Amino acid sequence: MTIGVVVFPGSNCDRDVRWATEGCLGVPTRFLWHEERDLSGLDAVIIPGGFSYGDYLRCGAIARFAPILQEVAAFVERGGRVLGICNGFQVLTEMGLLPGALTRNEKLHFVCEDTPLQVSPGRCQWLKGYADGETIHLPIAHGEGRYQVDPGQLQQLEDSGCVVFRYQANPNGSVGAVAGLTNPAGTVLGLMPHPERACDPATGGIDGRRLLASLLG
Amino acid sequence: MPVYSARVLVSLRPSVLDPAGEATRSAASRLGVEGIAKLRIGKAVELEIEAPDLATARQRLSLLSDRLLANSVIENWTLEVAASGEGLGTSSPVGEG
Repeated sequence: MTIGVVVFPGSNCDRDVRWATEGCLGVPTRFLWHEERDLSGLDAVIIPGGFSYGDYLRCGAIARFAPILQEVAAFVERGGRVLGICNGFQVLTEMGLLPGALTRNEKLHFVCEDTPLQVSPGRCQWLKGYADGETIHLPIAHGEGRYQVDPGQLQQLEDSGCVVFRYQANPNGSVGAVAGLTNPAGTVLGLMPHPERACDPATGGIDGRRLLASLLG
Repeated sequence: MPVYSARVLVSLRPSVLDPAGEATRSAASRLGVEGIAKLRIGKAVELEIEAPDLATARQRLSLLSDRLLANSVIENWTLEVAASGEGLGTSSPVGEG
């Protein structure tokens, strides 16, 4: 089992993710520079948080054209697992691997706090260890995390079990309190909260450790 | 090859909340400018493009607007194109997505 962590100019959670996967979980992890195209030997890819390419134009809009992401799209076609965290979630929506878009928080504030989430494992293969409706706590840290999709499509996502994480206190005004989504195949997961920042009791909670461990299972 | 000037206006779809626009609107009333019933913030992108003719320029800019400058999930766009030097803003928007 080996994990790849995409690194864009402006990524700032790449090392945190590697600390979590390699340091806490003991899984060999390698960085994937945005200009690379080699995903050989990887079982999962994580697109970390940060401000890829400065988030110019829109969050994730320019990252979408990075050479590495063309390979990540092909990896998804082959059934590979991809996790997008925060800016990584924004990138996945810009790529069209997940529907909708992440927009400016309703109250404009950058929100940085621990937040309770309701888990609905739905179609997501790597959330099968979670009970439906289970609550976990993860930190969030974003200014543009308000999930937006039209009401009909939201209903479709809900009905098809693609909404796997919901905010219990909806800190950013997301439609349907959506905090995380999976694709219909259950292989691509995007979420605004940061599981990699909740992997050691010393840094406040270990709910993220279980989530990342499930990705590997 | 001729050069064309263009302006792409990107605006949030009407159904999408614009909290920055709302904050700016409340600042307008603090400035003392009353009666602003609506204020929504978008982007204006100014470009120059070399193309064999106007139709080709418009086609390339439409693709650019649709696939990169705007995210159709949350945004609409309009495109104005004119031969360089003729100035923009004299013709009505030619594209919308």
